[in-house]
Amino acid sequence: MSAGKTRDAIRLDRRRFLQVMAGAAGALVVGIRAADAADAPLPPALLGDNFHDLGAYVRIDGDGNVLIGARDPDTGTGVATSLPRIIAEELDADWNRVSVIALGLGVGNDNGQPRWTYGRQVGGTGGSIPAAWRDLRQVGALARWLLMQAAARRLGVSANRLRCDSGTVIAPDGRRVTYGSLAADASQVALPARAPAVKIAASYQLVGFPAGDVDAHDIVTGQARYALDQHLGDALVAVLVHCPWPDGTLARIDTSAALAVKDVVKVVQLKPEPEQPWGSTVIAPAVAVLAKNTWAALQGRTQLKLEWKPGASQDESSTALEQQSLATLGSHAAPTTRVRDDGDFDAASKQAARRFEATYFQPWLAHASAEPMNCLVRLDKDRARLVVPTQAPQKAWAVVQRLTGLAPDQIDIRVPRVGGGYGRRLDHDFVAEAVMLAQAVDVPVRLLWTREQDFSHDYYRSGCVHQLNAIVDRKRRLTGWHQRMASASALAHRGGSEDHLWSSELRADQIPAGLVPNYRSDWYAQQSAQPRGPFRGMPHLSNAFAVESFIDEIAHQMREDPLKTRLRILGEPRQLPLGNGVTLDIGRLRNVLQLVADRIGWKNWLRSVNGLGIACWHVDGAYVAHAIETAMQGEKLTIQRVVCAVDVGRVINPLGLHGQVVGATLDALSTALDPAITFKNGQIQQHSYKDYPLASMAQLPNDVEVITVPGDRTPTGASFLAMPTAAPALANAVFRVSAVRVRRLPLMKELLRML
Amino acid sequence: MAQVQAQILPTSQAGNIVPEPVREGIDLHINGEHYRHTGDPQMPLLWYLRDMLRLTGTKYAGAHGENGADLVLVADKAVSAITLSMSSLADKSVTTVEGLAANDGTLHPLQQAFIDEDAIGCGYCTPGWLISGVALLRRKKKPGDDDIDQLPNRCRCGCQTRVRRAIMRVAADKAGQP
Repeated sequence: MSAGKTRDAIRLDRRRFLQVMAGAAGALVVGIRAADAADAPLPPALLGDNFHDLGAYVRIDGDGNVLIGARDPDTGTGVATSLPRIIAEELDADWNRVSVIALGLGVGNDNGQPRWTYGRQVGGTGGSIPAAWRDLRQVGALARWLLMQAAARRLGVSANRLRCDSGTVIAPDGRRVTYGSLAADASQVALPARAPAVKIAASYQLVGFPAGDVDAHDIVTGQARYALDQHLGDALVAVLVHCPWPDGTLARIDTSAALAVKDVVKVVQLKPEPEQPWGSTVIAPAVAVLAKNTWAALQGRTQLKLEWKPGASQDESSTALEQQSLATLGSHAAPTTRVRDDGDFDAASKQAARRFEATYFQPWLAHASAEPMNCLVRLDKDRARLVVPTQAPQKAWAVVQRLTGLAPDQIDIRVPRVGGGYGRRLDHDFVAEAVMLAQAVDVPVRLLWTREQDFSHDYYRSGCVHQLNAIVDRKRRLTGWHQRMASASALAHRGGSEDHLWSSELRADQIPAGLVPNYRSDWYAQQSAQPRGPFRGMPHLSNAFAVESFIDEIAHQMREDPLKTRLRILGEPRQLPLGNGVTLDIGRLRNVLQLVADRIGWKNWLRSVNGLGIACWHVDGAYVAHAIETAMQGEKLTIQRVVCAVDVGRVINPLGLHGQVVGATLDALSTALDPAITFKNGQIQQHSYKDYPLASMAQLPNDVEVITVPGDRTPTGASFLAMPTAAPALANAVFRVSAVRVRRLPLMKELLRML
Repeated sequence: MAQVQAQILPTSQAGNIVPEPVREGIDLHINGEHYRHTGDPQMPLLWYLRDMLRLTGTKYAGAHGENGADLVLVADKAVSAITLSMSSLADKSVTTVEGLAANDGTLHPLQQAFIDEDAIGCGYCTPGWLISGVALLRRKKKPGDDDIDQLPNRCRCGCQTRVRRAIMRVAADKAGQP
């Protein structure tokens, strides 16, 4: 299978090498691999002619076609387009000749330990672009350098007098040689001692220019193959019934009617492994029906006679948990974690001219991804083959390895385009289920969750209560801020330290930390048996709603323009160190705020018959602001205009960034308007989109105006950047138009209650 | 198993009618091809498409097609494929997302508009948006915002504004009437 032969490698940094291989049929192949612990001889390349075995990032074939691998799962974030464009830019490739393939998991065997062939492989957490900027540019640059050396020999011109353009090397006298014709020679060129320099931005022809999604044609024609659409042998289809209580047990089971359904093959019980952390084992006790096709499996499922016994969680309700949170915050008990404590809030409070206080309530949330949890698995004696819709294939690998005991490189995980992640697919309970089922029946299995299971067995975003206190002095300066938050940590039951449970819930560097002399933030741990996990935009999502609503309330009570209040709190443009290596660029934050204000026509904010609202935030070196205009007719709320400004540093794909900003804005609005997860007697009450309503076209704005600040700083991720500020800008606008201050989400329910 | 229950039958040619023996099964047309389903008549169309024909462009949306990812066209109306039993489709014609483009690969104007507007998030529910969009354009050549507001699809990726632009683009382009 290995058509390529490893030739040589250049050290990129302590941990990574550029690796060059001569491919089949005279192809030039360049990849990155992780450094071996002791610079041991290079391992055999995984390179092959089969796409799924492609073990490198770039392949230039003799006919000039260029194949570029995308390492990170694309859950709708556009990385299948943007990452290959970073490589193609450095390569000076003709984008029209580039085909992109999803690489799947790259794993080698390093004395029984996994060696990640492609480095970091995670999608949807905002880290793909920054990571690609660090190492993928080098891949394209090396391939280009090799091609130029080959061209120099062929043309008899020194390489530094040649230039490249769209897949062609051009000599000073106008002679041209195509990459395709150079590929075979280039693969034999001796490597440079050091990695070649990357291009300067002035010569970019792809980075910074718009590109549509590389999978668009396949998607609109129905040809795109998601995990659910793929096949491995004649897999049995498995559907599950989960116990309604995550800590319940199966009391009685009668499978006879289910097994009597035509084409039903087997019924299998699954149990969580109690010692395993959340996200790596079965989420709740379950019974699986395996059948020759989906319809038979679903029919068999309805014929199961099951009796579940509740666990200790049967007394839990989301209402009681919220009351418990409020009681905790009201008890003046010591916080679980004091996250930040600048100055002396208590002392400052005694000197305050005015005090402000408000409490904000936000519900539990489900991920509601379009493609339900599913996994296709085939286990052989010495190999596991899986197709997994995952955001983190290395974590999926760990689950498979633990359950099968196979060697690292005996596990083959393909990751096609994924139908939405939002953090749900950083967990791999469904992979554990599928592997256990394949082990039980000894044939390939396709696990399919129904929509009902996706809603009622999720790693939810915990509901949360924020209690905020602020003080100003006689000159209206914000002198003190005390934030107290109660929630159930998304990091609980995941094997981490108790000291860090707060870090999934709030940030030590969030607004207005560093801007107020006496700033304190406390987190209070709440307990629940309902599983929690990563959620798109968290912890920014819940904190921006509380903080940016509260700043508006302070402005209102001080009879100030909320834009001016914000600008005053931010102060003059400067670099503000916030600790832990984080520096806030106040100028950039002020800029996005001012941009949305100008675009929406903020100078009319007080006179407008419609309501205008504004909010700003910063996320890991990126800056975002929203301005929203709303109208009310009776009980009907209309979101008339939405403006969003972002500053992400250098923009890789403006069209992709626009899509992420619009998408995150609409997602955040939809999430704020109506849906909420509740539980009663320990059971989740929502089972479908009907119970958990995402916004309709009519509820959402007809357009989102996006302003992108041009920049040349190291690019940052943007997949959830526009999530945090949409809901507070909306609530602030709703206050202006209705005089109702919404301190509880979902917004529509609270607004209608208060009107 | 796919081969057992699904078979493509040659359509009879005009002027050359040969009597055929009566055969069991449900006859229907999908994307212009003639199929005969001989399995469970209660099987929903969705699983017939996906498991038997391996036409996987139509996605599982939920037990009642809640987010619109499983919409197909039946008599120019967008209908959730999981709510249609095979028995209800006897002699009907169904168009799935795979059948929107012409046989020579020329895209339907709305498919092209989705590409031009990059109206794609994760893409899982895009076939459903296309089907409901095409159904709207067939019903009304110049749909307004109010018509687009009525589309049943739901999605978290937030493609709605780009989908709206794509439909408007087709409506504005007279040459591109479906």
